Amino acid sequence: MADNNQDNNNPKGKKPTLPPGYAPKAKKPTLPPGMEAKSKKPTLPPGMEKGKKPTLPPGMQPAGKRKPAMPPGMKAGPKGAKPAMPPGLAGGDGAPSRKDFASDQDVRWCPGCGDYSILAGVQRLMPELDIPKENLVFISGIGCSGRFPYYMNTYGMHTIHGRAPSFATGLKASRPELDVWIVTGDGDSLSIGGNHLIHILRRNLNVQILLFNNQIYGLTKGQYSPTSERGKVTKSTPFGSIDHPFNPIAVALGADATFVARTMDRDPKHMKAVLKEAHGHAGTGFVEIYQNCNIFNDGAFFEFTERATKSDRAVFIKNGQPMVYAGGKKGIRLNGFSLQSIDLEGGDWSKDDCIVYDETSMELANIVGRMFWQPDLPRPFGVFYRTARPTYESLLHEQIGMVTNKQGNGDLDTLLNAGDTWTIG
Amino acid sequence: MASSAPDTAPQKTRERLAEATILFAGDSGDGMQLTGSQFTLATAYARNDLATLPDFPAEIRAPAGTTYGVSGFQLHFGSVNIRTPGDEVDLLVAMNPAALKVNINRVRKGGSVIVNIDSFTQRDLDLAGYDAHPIDDVLRERYQLFEVPLTKLTHEALADFGLDKKQMDRSKNMFALGLALWLYSRPIQPAIDWLGKKFAKKPDIRDANVHVLKKGLHFGETTETFTTQYEVNPAQLKAGVYRTIHGAQAVALGLVAASHQSGIPLFYGSYPITPASDLLHELSRHKHFGVMTFQAEDEIAAVGSAIGASFGGNLGVCGTSGPGVALKGEAMGLALMTELPLVVVDMQRGGPSTGLPTKTEQSDLLMAVYGRNGDSPMPVIAASTPGDCFWAAYEACRIAVKYMTPVLFLADGYLGNGSEPWHIPNSADLAPFEVTYATKTNRVINGEDVFLPYVRDEKTLARPWAKPGTPGLEHRLGGLEKQAETGNVSYDPQNHERMTKMRAEKVQRVQQDIPPTTIYGDAEGDVLLIGWGSTRGAIEAAVDEARSRGQRVGAIHLRWICPFPADLQPIFDRFEHLVVPELNNGQLVRLLRDEFLLPFIPVNKIQGQPFRASELTTKIDSILGTT
Repeated sequence: MADNNQDNNNPKGKKPTLPPGYAPKAKKPTLPPGMEAKSKKPTLPPGMEKGKKPTLPPGMQPAGKRKPAMPPGMKAGPKGAKPAMPPGLAGGDGAPSRKDFASDQDVRWCPGCGDYSILAGVQRLMPELDIPKENLVFISGIGCSGRFPYYMNTYGMHTIHGRAPSFATGLKASRPELDVWIVTGDGDSLSIGGNHLIHILRRNLNVQILLFNNQIYGLTKGQYSPTSERGKVTKSTPFGSIDHPFNPIAVALGADATFVARTMDRDPKHMKAVLKEAHGHAGTGFVEIYQNCNIFNDGAFFEFTERATKSDRAVFIKNGQPMVYAGGKKGIRLNGFSLQSIDLEGGDWSKDDCIVYDETSMELANIVGRMFWQPDLPRPFGVFYRTARPTYESLLHEQIGMVTNKQGNGDLDTLLNAGDTWTIG
Repeated sequence: MASSAPDTAPQKTRERLAEATILFAGDSGDGMQLTGSQFTLATAYARNDLATLPDFPAEIRAPAGTTYGVSGFQLHFGSVNIRTPGDEVDLLVAMNPAALKVNINRVRKGGSVIVNIDSFTQRDLDLAGYDAHPIDDVLRERYQLFEVPLTKLTHEALADFGLDKKQMDRSKNMFALGLALWLYSRPIQPAIDWLGKKFAKKPDIRDANVHVLKKGLHFGETTETFTTQYEVNPAQLKAGVYRTIHGAQAVALGLVAASHQSGIPLFYGSYPITPASDLLHELSRHKHFGVMTFQAEDEIAAVGSAIGASFGGNLGVCGTSGPGVALKGEAMGLALMTELPLVVVDMQRGGPSTGLPTKTEQSDLLMAVYGRNGDSPMPVIAASTPGDCFWAAYEACRIAVKYMTPVLFLADGYLGNGSEPWHIPNSADLAPFEVTYATKTNRVINGEDVFLPYVRDEKTLARPWAKPGTPGLEHRLGGLEKQAETGNVSYDPQNHERMTKMRAEKVQRVQQDIPPTTIYGDAEGDVLLIGWGSTRGAIEAAVDEARSRGQRVGAIHLRWICPFPADLQPIFDRFEHLVVPELNNGQLVRLLRDEFLLPFIPVNKIQGQPFRASELTTKIDSILGTT
């Protein structure tokens, strides 16, 4: 099941002789963690280079961190201000807690489903975000993940299959001050809704996308999904699936997403940290969450998520830090354009040989994001890529502002009487 | 046929006409749409009433000289009330044999035909599929034929301009326009002004076109070929300020007006499709009204974005044509279930499937009324003239917000592209359009103030519109069946039946907003024509014609098709025959039969072209046995 079979001619754990030209690049100068990343500039599309910033109309903020530009007349609530709530709805006297974000509806996922952990993680994260509850909106499509908004005591919309990004686009574009979260699944976002996923990523609306990947269709009771591995035996593939699976990280990178990350339901701490990062990103925060479907695809990710194997099969990438795993016993190095797992205890290799991860590097993200079904390589988790690009909604309202500044507020009678007119009587 | 003008202008006869129909036809690259719209502009300046019918192929540049590449622009104008683009053509300007072949049968006997004789070479005739030369004695006898070497005259006029042959060829439509303007005594200045603006950055092209335009006019004036010049007096229109408007423009203005009067920002999500793209083009120009336009990745995303915007308290609108409406079906169902305002504009074209993209048809009616899964009623409104598109669009928005419902707005290619003089309304005269967003909780449960999103207004049955961002009103919407009042997911059988009936009843209550039905012509009699949409002009012209012959005929035109107005039954009772003309294979007729159990008679035309009034009077005659 090698999606990206690496050309690994070198015996594992032995320092190879490098072809000419590779040697100097293979070794990175030892720098304190974090230093490397800062030296790299984020990749910007043509015309958006630094110093070429368009002039913004008065009252409009540039798309900075967590502060989207607002159309004229729209004001963001004071940051951190506690929303005025009618009696009975406020979260007690103290700061809002997880409980304040749980709706009064019974959660109806199967007992043991990974969705519970994600719901809890999101509800725990909410109070930390300092966003007035009434400004939070969760939008989902169809599938088990689609029920998510019903369980959040925020604004929410359970839309149609695969199209949640389009509803979120209309909402966020027209109401930039809202904090919009899209909750979707592997079938919802990569099969029926593949088109909308790639376009929202390319447009870069400032929303979060939580893709619950369980590699199966749960709600329709167990057919293979676009992320199911080839050979998967399901109700609709009794002789094994012949479909090649998507790697959601590679799809997002291919669609020019500005924030791409992966986490897992079984690691609430990591999940919360990644979701917080995604939320802090001014642009579409794409997070793939490995989620166990204990009914139709139990254990699909246990290799990466369970104690016995996690350490050896999962690598947690951190910006500015060397890619090490297995409790520091193993690392990942770049061998040409290929990746290689190296043994850090045998004496041949050290931490200095490992890739120092740089989340602003599209090249690195594309190589590391492609670590998928290679038996020799662990599965990466964490933030693969992050770059700054103006959000769709800020550009939209900037343009409306510029036209309005130039032409003045529209006058209806002038518009109706535009062009050649004549008077009778 | 003189290529050089004599020194003194010959004496011309002047003839006054009440109305005339002119048709410019040529290759799709010949600039016929432009020529037609400039003639229209001049006609508006001459203060005539008018109606236009642009008719062009689906291909952008079909192979030159072929019949399927023929593009036409028909214009009917007069000092009298003009209701249709004209049953018969008085003057055909044919730029090549293919244009002649396609359109000659539309010219009345004795009518005039101007052909560009330079493009009647053997090769041109072969391309058009003529076995023998079409310009023969039969043609000359049947019509008043003018063989004008348009290409040669244009080249001669531009000899000193230093343009290449291709550039000169492009100007020959201006020669035809100048000649036609002279023939009907239209002012030339509007076209000159327009050229000045269009080619402001290319003065040499501007000057060449203006020169050729004038040469065309002088040609009519000075040659002996044309002995008669026509005059058409200004029409007696209602007092007021007028402009010409085409339907797509009118829809856009109606939407902007609705947004402006209600104070709700307009969000227009759309995916380009013929013939609805002009709506997107027009709206994207009005950003200073706060209009947000979004060119979505597909039809479904377009409607999804509009619904998302509506959830956010905006006026979500999406425009498309039949194939797009088909794709939007599921999302419209969601808008209906979540009870959010939404307007879906359907600029109908010939179907099914891709059908006839550039031709007009009324065949999406049943899809509009029924085309969604489940019991899913939606109000359906139809515009009847290009200018009426403004009013219908405004009303569609008003009803969508007032009743918290998606509304389907039907126009068609003929309305979208066709134009007429439009009596410009004053913004102060528009119907009041108020909107209230929910700001407070609406129920007390167990001593707690709560917000229930499906508590209804007693009169309209509309639920409250609570925008995200409103503290304390957090709620969840979705496509799963809703429990009454709370809006929580409910699988309860009784609740589902109750909610299904509630949604139907809510749409039915739109009747409260439908003004009394007016009858055109006889209020009782032998034949009642029942129409909807763009057929209004032809129907009313047919009523006039029939009554002038002593027949007792009336007509009603339905603006709302779902729900029907409440006062139809007594009107139907007063007529012997109930006739339903439609540009489809019989759709309204089925809805009427279903609702009223009366023997409605269908009259159908499915040729991608509007009705001619004569087609309807013929039908009236056959029903009344007077033929």
